[in-house]
Amino acid sequence: MKTFVVSDPQRGTIVYRDRKRHLWLASLFYPLVALSGVGLYWVAAAEWVLWIPVVSLYAGVSLLDHWVGADPNNPPEAVVPLLEADGYYRWLPMLTVPLHFAVLLALAAFVATHALSAAGVAVAALTAGLYSGLGINTAHELGHKKTEVERRLARIVLAVPVYGHFCVEHNRGHHRHVATPEDPASARMGESIYRFALREIPGGFRRGWASERERLARQGKSAWHLDNEILQSYLLSALLQGGLIAAGGLVMVPFLAIHNVFAWWQLTSANYVEHYGLLRQRAADGSYERCQPHHSWNADYVVSNLLIYHLERHSDHHAHPTRRYQSLRSFADLPTLPNGYFGMFLAAYVPPLWYALMDRRLLALPHIGGDLGRVNVDPAARARLERRYGGAASLAA
Amino acid sequence: MARFRCPDCGYVYDEARGDPREGYAPGVAFAALPDSFVCPDCSVRDKADFVADEAPAHPIAAMPGTPPRA
Ligand SMILES: [Zn+2]
Repeated sequence: MKTFVVSDPQRGTIVYRDRKRHLWLASLFYPLVALSGVGLYWVAAAEWVLWIPVVSLYAGVSLLDHWVGADPNNPPEAVVPLLEADGYYRWLPMLTVPLHFAVLLALAAFVATHALSAAGVAVAALTAGLYSGLGINTAHELGHKKTEVERRLARIVLAVPVYGHFCVEHNRGHHRHVATPEDPASARMGESIYRFALREIPGGFRRGWASERERLARQGKSAWHLDNEILQSYLLSALLQGGLIAAGGLVMVPFLAIHNVFAWWQLTSANYVEHYGLLRQRAADGSYERCQPHHSWNADYVVSNLLIYHLERHSDHHAHPTRRYQSLRSFADLPTLPNGYFGMFLAAYVPPLWYALMDRRLLALPHIGGDLGRVNVDPAARARLERRYGGAASLAA
Repeated sequence: MARFRCPDCGYVYDEARGDPREGYAPGVAFAALPDSFVCPDCSVRDKADFVADEAPAHPIAAMPGTPPRA
């Protein structure tokens, strides 16, 4: 195990061992989970086994988060520059990029060459979409970085689920407007994930495209210039998915459509749980306060965080967006979810369950203190929530 | 020609180099950037947050991939 040593002028020698260092290698093996359904199908010669990867990922990770629990591994701030400079961590997400192409091609080939029922095609597409959802998360990790090679790989992996606008939209849009009613990627209290998706998916596309158009206009170029990084990614998508339809036939059309939408849905799910109801306050001049640690929901579970590059240490990510996954830190006293992101996704898919788990937890946060005026409330739900929680300042225990 | 630094992520706007990717040619003064300018790397610090960078230009510091100084 590698030891990081820093001599701090105030605190003396600081020693840190990253106990998760080698666990991050797991990201190279997730394709085996995605492809395990096909392996089981060959052994069992039954279609229902194709459901095993999707179901076991959602249910299994939620249960493992519950059993394995929180992550005691937290680097001291003084060690962060050493962690950032360590090339081992930098290579891993980059190495997963070709795996995302390989898994989509493998599952597409399976669908094109086997006589599956409609449900069989759908579950193969969901499985591929699940892994491509992790690809969007990898693009998130890479797209925040400063090197051209990482940014380019982010656009390349986003081509797999046709989501090339994500990095521009996320960095320039979401991070600036997070936890405000204006942000299509921040969920409002009382807004179900299904209504949120209808605001988040088109809203993110529009904002990403507008941002890229402005950048190109400053260079004196048209939005349709090939320097448009969104367009570059979409062109690669057209090549990949057009090629699959040409080679695999019409069955590829529903397969790819379900794959794409399910990959987007993973991102929608993450966006839904990350900032639900949280609201930045406005200054007298109408501008929003800077994003604070209490404007993100955190979870600090070993297992789910290994799947998504520490995305659950979300407050630190918003405080330092270019910081690498291995250096993200967890802090006590932040808004905290009762399970990891995957368990919370399942809860979000049943809106009454989500509200039951989250609404009181949200109102009880110290900076909200039961005051709906300090919450990002869905206008359509405001009357209902005021009737229910209007006199609820006492919730702040 | 002066240099201005993002206080969060360490991005440096060097007036001599500009930032052609963002559409600012070499020689464009920091003061001439629009008020809507945000840090091209982290996007969470605005023009008003940037601080004058007194450190002399060093070839290593300008290389892509160099982590921000601690
Ligand atoms: Zn910055």
